[in-house]
Amino acid sequence: MTIPRFAPGVRLQEDRARNRWMVMAPERMFLPDETALAVLRLVDGARDEAAIVAALAEEYAAPADIIAADVRALLEDLRVRGAITW
Amino acid sequence: MVDAPLALLAELTHRCPLRCPYCSNPMELARAAAELTTAEWARVFEEAAALGCLQVHLSGGEPTARRDIVEITAAARAAGLYTNLITAGVLLDAGLMERLVAAGLDHVQLSVQDADEAGAERIGGLKGAHAAKARAAALVRAAGLPLTLNAVVHRQNLHNLSALVERALEWGAARLEVAHVQYYGWALANRDALLPTRAQLDDATRVVEAARAAHKGRLVIDYVVPDYHATRPKACMGGWGRRFLGVSPAGNILPCHAAESLTGLTFPNARETSLAAAWADSPAFNAFRGTAWMPEPCRGCERREVDWGGCRCQAFALTGDVAATDPACSLSPHHGLLQAAVEHAGGEAFRYRQYGRAR
Repeated sequence: MTIPRFAPGVRLQEDRARNRWMVMAPERMFLPDETALAVLRLVDGARDEAAIVAALAEEYAAPADIIAADVRALLEDLRVRGAITW
Repeated sequence: MVDAPLALLAELTHRCPLRCPYCSNPMELARAAAELTTAEWARVFEEAAALGCLQVHLSGGEPTARRDIVEITAAARAAGLYTNLITAGVLLDAGLMERLVAAGLDHVQLSVQDADEAGAERIGGLKGAHAAKARAAALVRAAGLPLTLNAVVHRQNLHNLSALVERALEWGAARLEVAHVQYYGWALANRDALLPTRAQLDDATRVVEAARAAHKGRLVIDYVVPDYHATRPKACMGGWGRRFLGVSPAGNILPCHAAESLTGLTFPNARETSLAAAWADSPAFNAFRGTAWMPEPCRGCERREVDWGGCRCQAFALTGDVAATDPACSLSPHHGLLQAAVEHAGGEAFRYRQYGRAR
């Protein structure tokens, strides 16, 4: 099972002045949408994809199979953007 | 209400073991005794983060020439900033690398002066520098940090651009910045020896395009056409007082690291003025903010909010008028100065960076 981790030099950072969270990376940054942020907050190098899905299903009281498809697509997107790796 | 800045350039010191003839520091270099203390930098970082900066570039001079570089890095991280160390690498050893990682350093940008030892040591003016940089790159990668290689390119090393790309791959960089020299300060004094020919530039563009294709997914290459061969200016610093603020070794709060080359402006100092007050209210930051200050042809130009009139330091250095349109623009009445400089360029001798020879 996939265990996503932040790519080297990439991390979430609070933007206090603008009341939001940003994904910071070497020489660039981007604003994650609400769903991406919810997933990225659970990326800790220990949780695998199933654990992330389970945590989100519980937090949002939503069916795990629907969440699982969203998480899969999102992780793939974040990997292509260089934010996470596995 | 002025938008908040995104990044802080912290020039921790002007001291540096290298003597590059295109150094971006001012000709009048600050002495160690004038530098902000550790506690003063910590306060600057807190103020920058509170103001809206997300990232700090720890630069110089050579930032690791400061004995408190680890404490400074920790303070930047504690303030909540993403920390980027911009270094020549020659003072980095395994012990220091380990302490910087423990302090929370996020990324390292390592400069390289040429692809081979002889060229690099002649341009940087320091024996042994090239081998030390190779060791520094290995230390950064072994520590698990991402590495960007910054290659400043010009007339005397552009023929080695392919080899510089190889160096980036060999040293484990994920990014390579191919940065053309910008001509103010030391570089302007060395312009004849540094300005590339049009043919060199065209070759370089071809090399970059081929390398991007060959190493896609492995190496990102940043590259922009230099002003002396361009027809439109760059939005220097993303526009004056729009995204960046710099603090000089002695604490001057600047819209651009070269802004002290401009006469007639007084910059607030972090020892007396908060970054927030300097950003929002100081005459220096407001002098070239927006478009109201612009002369023609900028004022009526459809690109006025794209390039923001270009670089103030370049405009001043070349025309003597700080509010002139950047001569990099083909619409500037002074644009011919650039072509004339390209035609006049030649020779190899450098005037190396040093203390106490201002002007």
